[in-house]
Amino acid sequence: MPHDHSHDDLHGHPHDDHSHLDDETARVMALEKLLADKGLIDPGALDVILDTYETRVGPRNGARVVARAWTDPDFAQALRDDATAAIHGMGFAGRQGEHLTAVFNTPQDHNMVVCTLCSCYPWSVLGLPPTWYKSAPYRARAVSDPRGVLAEFGVTLPEGTAIRVWDSTAEMRYLVIPMRPEGTEGFSEDQLADLVSRDSMIGTALATTPATGEAA
Amino acid sequence: MSDARLPIPGPDAGDLHFFAPWQAKAFALTVHLHEKGAFSWTEWAEALSERIGSDRPAPDAQSPQAHAEAYWRDWLDALLGLVQVKGLAEAALIEEAARTWQRAAEATPHGTPIAYEAGLEH
Repeated sequence: MPHDHSHDDLHGHPHDDHSHLDDETARVMALEKLLADKGLIDPGALDVILDTYETRVGPRNGARVVARAWTDPDFAQALRDDATAAIHGMGFAGRQGEHLTAVFNTPQDHNMVVCTLCSCYPWSVLGLPPTWYKSAPYRARAVSDPRGVLAEFGVTLPEGTAIRVWDSTAEMRYLVIPMRPEGTEGFSEDQLADLVSRDSMIGTALATTPATGEAA
Repeated sequence: MSDARLPIPGPDAGDLHFFAPWQAKAFALTVHLHEKGAFSWTEWAEALSERIGSDRPAPDAQSPQAHAEAYWRDWLDALLGLVQVKGLAEAALIEEAARTWQRAAEATPHGTPIAYEAGLEH
């Protein structure tokens, strides 16, 4: 980190360059040390958690749920009846004991998910939330101006489509099941899952249509 | 809550969740403490909501980095508050240990690992 050289010169150490910790870094290191000294945490577990959430859990999980719902009517019904159980059945279990609800987009209703209070999010199927999901403008405007928010994401819905906004909590998280794009008859589950973006499962995008590569 | 006209930061910001190592560490500590049974996730969400809903101004900048930093600072404050409430670590001791880490850093040449002991006052 470059230092103010006139200051360093005053002290006669023009090339002395020591380390510096910002307050947040120092506080986190302090907390980790105190908890580790008390045996309350296992420092090795922290890396495992980060590895899990950065590389192993992500929106590919949710995309597989959506693709299966598109191709398997029994599974789609199970998802409607008890999404927590149906999604656990695919091996995607939440670690916070939360319940999941699947909300299905139709020509009449478009669903969109927010957490107005903080950042509750279906981690087990979507990984960690993007920064915009956690931002104050999204949390406020998803409720007050959902159509404007969708426009900012490049989504324009037909006039007759209503927007339902679901407010997540620590106990209940929502997964949007986007509408299956046209022209995907005969697609395999893997091919279909490739059309399902993270944002389409939050409700700020639509599933991708294969013909043009653009959002439908 | 913020001005309703504020633009949403970076819809195309991609999959970057953490913009500094301390943010990732604060996240992992929270998940780990929860998994160890230190608090319920509902208790955590309440603590975080309280911080995020407090009167701290929303960042003026629209960059994802600025928003992420404000968010993770709230997250860290919520975590420090909750460990205090739960009697896991006292705020005064955390602040003292943080200052010790900072003194240790000041006493350590750049590029050398920082030892906690180097910051202890004699």
